[in-house]
Parts: sequence; C-alpha cells; structure tokens
Amino acid sequence: MAAEAKEVTGRPASAGRPVRRRGPAPVGHARERTDRRLGYLLVAPVLVLLLAVTAYPLVFNLWNSFHNDNLTFANAPHNFVGLQNYRTALTTAGWVASLERTLIFTAVTIVFDVVVGLALALMLHRNFRGRGLLRAAVLIPWAVPTVVSAMLWKTMFDPRTGFVDYFLGAFHPAWSSLTWLNASVARSWVAIFVADSWKNIPFVAIILLAGLQVIPKDVYEAAKIDGASWWQSFRRVTLPMLRPALSVALIFRTLQALLVFDVVYVMTGGGPGTSTQVLAYLNFKYFIINTDFGVGGAMSIMLIVLALIVSAIYVRTFRPQASG
Amino acid sequence: MSSVTATATSVPRTVSRRRWDTGKVIRETLFYLAVVVVVLVALFPFYWILRTSLLSNYQVSQGVGGANGVIPSHLSFSAWENVFTQDGFLTPLRNSLIVALACTAVTVVVASIAGYALARLKIRGVAAILGFILLAGFFPVLAMIGPLFLLMRHLDLLDNIYPLIIIYTVYTLPISTWLLKNFFEQIPAELEDAALTDGATRLQVLRKVVIPVAVPGVFTAAILSFILAWNDFTFAVSFLTSLNKFTAPLAITTYGESQFQVFYNLIDAAVVIISIPIALIVLFAQRRIVSGLTAGSFR
Repeated sequence: MAAEAKEVTGRPASAGRPVRRRGPAPVGHARERTDRRLGYLLVAPVLVLLLAVTAYPLVFNLWNSFHNDNLTFANAPHNFVGLQNYRTALTTAGWVASLERTLIFTAVTIVFDVVVGLALALMLHRNFRGRGLLRAAVLIPWAVPTVVSAMLWKTMFDPRTGFVDYFLGAFHPAWSSLTWLNASVARSWVAIFVADSWKNIPFVAIILLAGLQVIPKDVYEAAKIDGASWWQSFRRVTLPMLRPALSVALIFRTLQALLVFDVVYVMTGGGPGTSTQVLAYLNFKYFIINTDFGVGGAMSIMLIVLALIVSAIYVRTFRPQASG
Repeated sequence: MSSVTATATSVPRTVSRRRWDTGKVIRETLFYLAVVVVVLVALFPFYWILRTSLLSNYQVSQGVGGANGVIPSHLSFSAWENVFTQDGFLTPLRNSLIVALACTAVTVVVASIAGYALARLKIRGVAAILGFILLAGFFPVLAMIGPLFLLMRHLDLLDNIYPLIIIYTVYTLPISTWLLKNFFEQIPAELEDAALTDGATRLQVLRKVVIPVAVPGVFTAAILSFILAWNDFTFAVSFLTSLNKFTAPLAITTYGESQFQVFYNLIDAAVVIISIPIALIVLFAQRRIVSGLTAGSFR
C-alpha cells in the first residue's frame, strides 16, 4: 500500500544524512541537536493551538461538571455539587433517550453509507468515459457546507417548494402534500437521514476508492486465472484487501454520526417534541440556550468519553508506525 | 461487472469488434444507467434550488406544479437582485470569506512548519505528537462550545468573527499537518542534504529548497482547509448573535424568512451563492482534493 512506498523513500533519507559534511555546518550529533531544537520550535504552534481548543475545554468541562455554573442564575455561587450534574443529565435532562436515538441513527447511517459508498467506489474505480463527471458530481455534495445540504433537503421535503412531494404525488396521489419535517417522527428522521447520507456517502466512496486503487492488479489476474467469478474475487480479494480503507471510512463516519448536529439543528430543531434531539443537539441546548454549563459540562464529558472509546479503537487498529 | 478488471487492463475494442456479447451489452447498459442515477441524485437538488431561486415571489407562493413544474414557464431575477442589493447576505458572505481565508493562511503556515519538523528533524515523541493531533481532529466539537463560550464571554469576544479564525484551526490543522508531514516525507532528502553540506542553515533550506518543492502539497492543504473553515456552522451558531456578524452558512438558516412568508426563492439564491465557490474549487481541484483526503486519513 501507499504507506510502504513512502517507507522506502523515507528510509534512505534519514539514513544517509549525517555522514559526510564539512565546513561551517554543525556535524553529526551537533547537527542533530540543533535540528531537534528547531524541530520543537516548529511543532510548538500546532500543539499550542490544538491544546487551546481541545485540552482547555476538556479540563474546564471536567471542572464545570462538578460545579454549579448557570448563567441564568449568575449570582449563585459556583459550589461544588459532586455528581449532581451527571445525575441531572442522566435523569431529567433526557441524555439517555438522546443516546439511544443517536446510536440507532449512527448504526443505520454507517451501514447504509458504507454499502452505498462501496458501490460508488467500485463505479469510480472503473475506467470509463465520463468518469471525471461522475467524480465531480460525487464530490460536490461532500464539499458544500452541511448547512447547505440541510437547507437544500429541507426545501426539497417542503410540500410547497420541494420536488419530493411533487414526484411522490405523481406516483401516488394519497402520498402528496405530506409534511415531512416536524410533523411525523418517522418522516422527520427520513429527511434527516437523506440529507446526512447525501452529503456523507461521497466521503466514504472517496476513501474506499483510494483503498481499491492500492490493490495490486496481479492479484485479480491470479484470481481470474484460477477461474474465480466476479463475486468470488470480490469476496476473497477485494473485501479483505479493502479492510484498512473500510475501517478508516467506518470510524470517520461513526464519529461524525455520533456527533451529528448541523442537519438536526437546521431541519427539525430536535422536533417534533424532542424526538430528533440527538446528543450533540441536547448538549448545545444546555450550553447555549439554557446556559447551564454544569449539566452541559457533564454531557460534554460523557460525549468525549464516547468519542474517545471509538477513536481508541481507531488508533489501535491504525497506529502510525512510520517514524518514531 | 465481471469484466471490470479485464477491460481495464486488456484492449477492449478488438474484443467487442470480434463478436456481439449480449451479456456484456446488458451489463454496460446497467452500468451507465447506474452512473446516470448517481449523477442525477447528486446534482438534481442543485438544479432544483437554482430553479426555485429564479422564481418570483408570486410563483413561490403558488407552490409546485402546473406552470411552476420541473421547468417553470417564467423566470424572474427578483430574488437574485434582492440578494445583491440588500445587505442581509452580502455582509455574512464577506465575513465568511475573511474568516475562511485567514484560517487557511494560519493553517498553511503552522501545518507546513510542523509537518516539516515531524517528517525530517528527528524530534523525540513524533508518534505521540501525531497521535495527539489525530485525536484532536476527533475531539467532539460540541464539547468545546461551553468552555469557549465562557472564555469568550469573559474576554468580551462573543459576537465577533475574529476568534473563529483560531477556533476553526481545530477543523483544519489535524488533516493539514498529517497531509504535509506525509508530503515532506516523500520529497527526496538529497536536495536538502546538498544545501546543508554547502553550509546553509535548516531555516534557509526550508525556505529556499523545501517550500518551493512542497507547493503542491501546501496547495492541497490550503484547499481542504478553506472548504472545512467555510463549512462550519456549530461555532458560528453558538457564538454569533447579530445579523451583521453572521457567517454565510449561519445566515442562510434565517435568511428569507419574514413574519408572513418564507421566501424560498431568496433562500435558494443564497444557497446557490454559498455553494458556488465550493463547486468551483471541486471542479478545478478534484484530483488534489481526493489525494489530500486520502493521504490525510490513511496510515
């Protein structure tokens, strides 16, 4: 795979460096030491920036989750409240119900996205006239803002301006003039699901396409000589060799789906009632609308733990093993 | 589809000239049908918003159907005129451009030097640093909202677009740093070694030798960063409150809604405008985007 090719070009680079060197430039260990010092200096900005936007919120959330901090009662003291915020989050705030919704949404979405994404990747992998057009057509939905895909599908599902109702009505008059968003729970989810998948399947397809492209051709030739059918070589060659790419796509999509927010905010605002209130939306509501940073902080910590568990699986499967 | 690999490697034309293979014709037809379906599903919604944006207010209020079907009988540019003459969308558009471009600039500089150091300078703990950068990219955005809100409130920076430039680096830096680190690793080190042997310092080497060679990689990182920064909604909706401070994605969610009617033609004109820069980038740089996405996510 591509990683191996890089390894090969990367190794002689580092191996052949510190040998012959004359003149004013520092030699051997001295050079390495100055290099290293400069290296830390060059890496510092990225670390400072990323720590500021991740470690700081993490610590602050952790602190807040054990304290009382609500701007609505700004004068109340920021007392230590123990696990009270977590208890509130898990009981009255409806975090568990949101977790269930989010997990079901995630499971359905990633299975669907990966299956359709794989089919798309196989299409894109083929050499044919109009491949560029197909690739551009697939990339554009991925590249536009999530809000655009959400607004766009919100418009499409609106019986007064969209085409969904118009076409469904042509097939089956009884289906026409259906209100999709915020009228029925199931239809709201369908609309969210369509908007989300329409935007994200292309990403899965691109990742899987890259995976397909690094499978050597002679493996297929060998399978063909052995008399394997298309399905057999797909099952025995493509799928196993696609495993790394599949895992990357799965893990990215899993995390994105667990944290889905924009689409829900724009399309339903969590409604009807609270039936599409996913984890991220509930957290947003506690932070920005209720300005309750204690309970919100507790929710964030639980969200981070959830994301960490998933990422840990990823890092474990794909530990960067290049330089060390 | 069984001939996928065969047509890719052998010469298909001579085969098809020799005999008429019905199965193959059916497979080919089905394949192109599938391509057409995919292109339609991907692009038809865009046609539809373009269509709606070209309707008059009266046509929009009439609903879909009749003279306002898939191809409307009349077109009107009133919505587009409104978008470009009123201030409701132009200011957010400018805000978005400022933030996305500035964030891209910061990202490119910071990720390039870090990527170079990680690829070449033999610092200790490279694996740990890369692991942290990767994890930061997976950090739940919603979990940052609360603490950053309080911090910015304390510093009186709420409802201000400039802090977003720094905050958006959480989207752009992880993928850009990884991508550029991989890119620098692929550049043969002989060039640098020659310059170093001639007595150049590392920084001179970086500026005069490495950066010029690295332009394609930097460009890819810049394109991805711009798209990611342009697309944010979560931070904008949490921190911005006044209309003239909105970014474009935030603005379209409230745009075109009056007390009495939702002006879908206005909304859709705005949606078209906000998608145009992205669509252009995709059309001109699709290969780069694809290679960047995969280089940043593999390994």
